[in-house]
Amino acid sequence: MTVSLTPQSDQPGSPLQPTGWLRYFSFSVDHKVIGLQYLVCGFLFYLVGGALAGAIRTELLSPISDFMPRDVYNQVLTLHGTVMIFLWIVPVVNGAFGNYLIPFYVGARDMAFPRLNAVAFWLIPPAGLLLISSYFITGAAQSGWTAYPPLSITTPASGQIIWILSVLLLGASSIFGGVNFIATVLKLRRPGLKLMQLPMYCWAMLGTSILVVLSTPVLAGTLILLSFDIVAHTGFFNPGLGGNVVVYQHLFWFYSHPAVYIMVLPAFGLVSEILPVHCRKPLFGYATMVYSIMAIVILGLVVWAHHMFTSGTPPWMRLFFTIATAFIAVPTGIKFFNWLATLWGGRISLNSAVLFSCGFIINFVLGGITGVALAQVPFDVHVHDTYFVVAHFHYIVYGGTVFVIFASIYHWYPKVTGRMLNEPLGRLHFLLTFIGFNLCFAPQHWLGLNGMPRRVAEYDPQFAFINQISSAGALLMAISTLPFLWNVIASAFRGEIAGDNPWQALTPEWLTSSPPPVENWKGEAPLVEEPYGYGIPLDQIDLKAASGSDLWSSGK
Amino acid sequence: MTTLNPSSSETISATEEHGHADHRMFGVATFLVADAMTFAGFFAAYLTFHAVNPLQPDAVYELELPLPILNTVLLLVSSATFHKAGQNLRKGASKACRQWLMVTALLGLAFLVSQMVEYFTLPFGLTDNLFASTFYALTGFHGLHVTLGALMILIVWWQCRTPAGRVTADNQFPLEAVELYWHFVDGIWVVLFLILYLL
Repeated sequence: MTVSLTPQSDQPGSPLQPTGWLRYFSFSVDHKVIGLQYLVCGFLFYLVGGALAGAIRTELLSPISDFMPRDVYNQVLTLHGTVMIFLWIVPVVNGAFGNYLIPFYVGARDMAFPRLNAVAFWLIPPAGLLLISSYFITGAAQSGWTAYPPLSITTPASGQIIWILSVLLLGASSIFGGVNFIATVLKLRRPGLKLMQLPMYCWAMLGTSILVVLSTPVLAGTLILLSFDIVAHTGFFNPGLGGNVVVYQHLFWFYSHPAVYIMVLPAFGLVSEILPVHCRKPLFGYATMVYSIMAIVILGLVVWAHHMFTSGTPPWMRLFFTIATAFIAVPTGIKFFNWLATLWGGRISLNSAVLFSCGFIINFVLGGITGVALAQVPFDVHVHDTYFVVAHFHYIVYGGTVFVIFASIYHWYPKVTGRMLNEPLGRLHFLLTFIGFNLCFAPQHWLGLNGMPRRVAEYDPQFAFINQISSAGALLMAISTLPFLWNVIASAFRGEIAGDNPWQALTPEWLTSSPPPVENWKGEAPLVEEPYGYGIPLDQIDLKAASGSDLWSSGK
Repeated sequence: MTTLNPSSSETISATEEHGHADHRMFGVATFLVADAMTFAGFFAAYLTFHAVNPLQPDAVYELELPLPILNTVLLLVSSATFHKAGQNLRKGASKACRQWLMVTALLGLAFLVSQMVEYFTLPFGLTDNLFASTFYALTGFHGLHVTLGALMILIVWWQCRTPAGRVTADNQFPLEAVELYWHFVDGIWVVLFLILYLL
């Protein structure tokens, strides 16, 4: 990033790759370049999705539909959900950090399939532009990110078809990425590195990728059938032609419930990397962490119908899915207590990365509690399709995953750029985000419990004041992005030089120069058998022993 | 207790980094698991429709068995001929390998022609009723897989030519990948045949 001077690698074929800034716009096969492509591309879409959220909260300032027409509100709502899930959270928390870190963690020079990796990334910008352009060309889809029929069949077809095409492309990208991660973790480990010695993020990505490979194709098949209903007037999901809408819901949630874990499991992994480093303690309960991730993967595949308790599901199904969902709280709770135990008694440096991680723990446990509540049929029937669900969902994906994305940026920025981020600005960013987020979404629990339906541009005037509080929180969240943006841009040029390992961390990505050389280590890859071995005094840790040579510092 | 142990480790060998054929087959197999899940979604949809959406009394949905049985035989035989092609490549007999590949491709094309004949003789169309739609969606999606498979077989056939071709006894990966895919497509057909025609 700050370094434009790249020595020519001695690898054959490398001179074909552009160097300097240009490589971030090229079909690069370097996993670090692809990781940054994912991150920056995802962040640009986050700004788009955030602007759409701002439009939603502006509309909801008043009970009547005055800021935009109702059909435009529906389009904005659909785009907000789709952009945030498929173009920001899934690509960044999987693609960006996964691509950057996994090859380091397994001791490899690159991913198992570098070219497939580049293909997976380059599917995303066209798919995203296609999706957003639909708003300007024909009007975007209006049926929400769930695209439930008959709504998706009866709203204007062109926007919906563009939406389907875009999601299919993003799904293909996701599957390619998943195949790559599974092969890299299982097949590309450096000799001598055992599975149970891997940093926790590898396990999280392995679990996530299994979910991606098993569930994303089902969504693809479902959307193909839906597009047949729209274009060819078949009747798969059209009750008027003998079809069945509930089948769509089953197939959709077979992907989209695991999708929640696709968004949050990598975040679990990233937090498990960040906390031990800044607490100077080994990760508590490594083995239980691994087993809980795998338990979440298995259970996550059999809980989908808890989204459908009001869709005429039979009593046995309600019972089964309630119990299965309650069970999933057990491995999640194990992870939660493991993080607390990691923090307990540690020498915590309360920097921005740790603040965001702790913010994640608080928000996520709140979202988890409302999640268990929502899985109980009597309660769910009461609050289904209200703002309570909106609040729960955002506590998981924003309070959970997005907080972790920011924590990870604060943690790994020195490695990626070679420079430190400004710490006071980072704390300001955390404070604004944490207050803004809770101000925006905590009141929505109350709105939902009192019966305000979601996804509607107008509402009962009695809810006006609480909605205005929520919108004020959204404004604060928007403002919180400014110190962050200033921080990452200014620090890239003027930040304090970080050195190779500013956090004195032990995981392999820190045992090389900052930024790392093209082949990750100039020498051979270090064998890290205890990635969390912080249980000894600092002066006894031999950090220099395995450092790769600094190819880059000559250019500074 | 130091955590780092760089000196005792052996260097990552060149084969680890460049000639990773086993990783590629692993990747192909993982992708086929994903592909199988797409079909699983379709099958699940069909079976649910079958269980909860009975055919309307006036709906026409009749399937004849002779042509699909012929199709099943064609695909199963083509799996065997592909296997023969692989055996010959491993022995270094490129010419025999190419002949068996061509037989496999022709069997695949025969399947597609036979499928077309069935489509044109069936008494129902795509939008006639729910089961007609599901029938065409499932067989069509499978037919797309056969079409792609036949094209890939022809590409491998072209690349098996001596001496200019790139698929040889030393570089079997393209043939093995397509072979795995072809067996997978045949396996899907057997499941599809059982569910769609016999159930």
